[in-house]
Amino acid sequence: MSAVASPAAAVVPRRGKRLRTLRRFVRHPGALAGSIVLVVIVLMALFAPWIVPYDWTETDLGPRLSAPSADFWFGTDLHGRDVFSRVVYGARYSIAIGLATVTLSLLTGSLIGIVLGYVGGRVDEWGSRFIDVLLGFPQIVKAILVVSVLGVGLVNVVLAVAIAGVPRFARVIRGAVLVVKEQPFIEAARALGAGDIRIMLRHLLPNAVPTLVVLGTLDLGNAILTTATLSFLGLGAQPPTPEWGAMLNSGREYMRYAPWTMIFPGLALFLVVMAVNLLGDRLSQVLDPRSVDRK
Amino acid sequence: MSYVLRRIAGMIPVLLFTWTIVFVVLQVIPGDPVNLMLAGVPASQEVRDNERKRLGLDRPVVERYFTFLARAAKGDLGESFRTRQPVGKMILEQARSTLELALGGLLVGLLVGIVLGVLAGVKPNSWVDTLCMTLALMGVSLPSFWIGMLLIWVFGNVLGWVPIVGRGLPALILPSITVGLFIAGGFARLVRSSIIEAMGQDYIRTARAKGLTRSKIVFKHALRNAMIPPVTLLGVQIGVLIGGAVVTENVFARPGLGTMLVEAVLTKDMPLVQALVVYTTAAYLFVNLVIDILYGVIDPRIRMGRASA
Repeated sequence: MSAVASPAAAVVPRRGKRLRTLRRFVRHPGALAGSIVLVVIVLMALFAPWIVPYDWTETDLGPRLSAPSADFWFGTDLHGRDVFSRVVYGARYSIAIGLATVTLSLLTGSLIGIVLGYVGGRVDEWGSRFIDVLLGFPQIVKAILVVSVLGVGLVNVVLAVAIAGVPRFARVIRGAVLVVKEQPFIEAARALGAGDIRIMLRHLLPNAVPTLVVLGTLDLGNAILTTATLSFLGLGAQPPTPEWGAMLNSGREYMRYAPWTMIFPGLALFLVVMAVNLLGDRLSQVLDPRSVDRK
Repeated sequence: MSYVLRRIAGMIPVLLFTWTIVFVVLQVIPGDPVNLMLAGVPASQEVRDNERKRLGLDRPVVERYFTFLARAAKGDLGESFRTRQPVGKMILEQARSTLELALGGLLVGLLVGIVLGVLAGVKPNSWVDTLCMTLALMGVSLPSFWIGMLLIWVFGNVLGWVPIVGRGLPALILPSITVGLFIAGGFARLVRSSIIEAMGQDYIRTARAKGLTRSKIVFKHALRNAMIPPVTLLGVQIGVLIGGAVVTENVFARPGLGTMLVEAVLTKDMPLVQALVVYTTAAYLFVNLVIDILYGVIDPRIRMGRASA
């Protein structure tokens, strides 16, 4: 397969490369399905007020814990609120939380990684060891520890998961920088009189961007999942916020009698994470030049 | 042997480091532990002061740090602020439950991961491969608390096949599946790429030329050689297993270290949190050491001790 793929890659002019990458990306049924699901959910989040049939805060809309019906597509919860309206609004939280978390860990992590990789020496040695120890802790345990310092709440959970994600980004970016910094163009930049900061930001960082994009996308699903988990444990979003993890937490008491209060928020959460992971998976195959085994 | 000793010695700074981080983190947590212990019960200042003294909280931070450390070196990790029992004993009591869950989860995860990975890796880019890898991706995308609840609902409430609470093997089935699915995905993907690589090796061609059956080639030759990267992942997965246990124990209302940790953090039970984190780290390091030694068993080409002397 590689024998077929690489000569083709060689003759494609550079201008068409981006388009070809995009086409390769979309042609994959999984990536396509993931993109469609994600677009639908983003639209849901953006146009939530026009989509929902009821106000997500309004109680006693119908009988409490009533099963899904024509009036209430996903049934009602303990307070007689429309589960469908709450699930739609939940998309806003999930996507915003995921993006905020990943952006924070990505920025902090890559900054640390670039400095460690570029400076090297003792700083790198101790920094890397520190990162290795932090990586040894399960992410959820790290996040719980940070929440215990910051206190319970949605914003704190975002910070906690972001902090817990920093070591992973730092480690990968450090590795990428170690490879790039030995390249001749870095030496050339230094010969031209570029300072350390300039080299790091203008030369090392752009070269790490493909890695960051893949890593960020792969981490997005994980971030959404971990923040929802913390909300489920009662450490994050508090009721009546229509956050999916928190909804699942309040739904679990009544799941024998009203399983829909936990099935639908969980399904929405699963679909978003699956869609993001499908995209991240495909992105890493398309952008990784070494991966030739899966077309 | 000297290799093993050296590795064990190398664990000490890591544990010390972990200990220090947790100690510092617990110092900055807002809230007075004595107030948290009393949980709103009114008490005079004198009672509070006595309690602080009994717990050693009136000592300066640096002194407390070293007192704890000196005791820990002797195996005494202190007593819980809340239950006033030695934390070591408390952890041992709960460890069994979590260990059972982790082992059960690992078993399910390995089984599902290897089956999916081998099926996918033997015929790369076939529909079987796509199906298995989609399933693997689903595994890592499923919120484990949701799948746990679904399992409880379907098998416990609707079908009534398995008990939802209690101890013993039947009550372990659903939690094990929950934890197992959580780790199976990553495992399957690694087994797949490992199998693909192994199937391209010369010895597989030799085996094929000898006229061995396909299943013999895959299971006796390819799989054994392909297991090294996944076994490495196993070490890293211990962390994921612990994380999975925290959530799964919560969903299934199982006693265990995960439940204990969440509770200890929320009640600022400092000695208990410290001990839990240090024990967890020690377990993590220990498992990784065992795995490194196991390499030599799986692959005789790797020999210990000659690494970088």
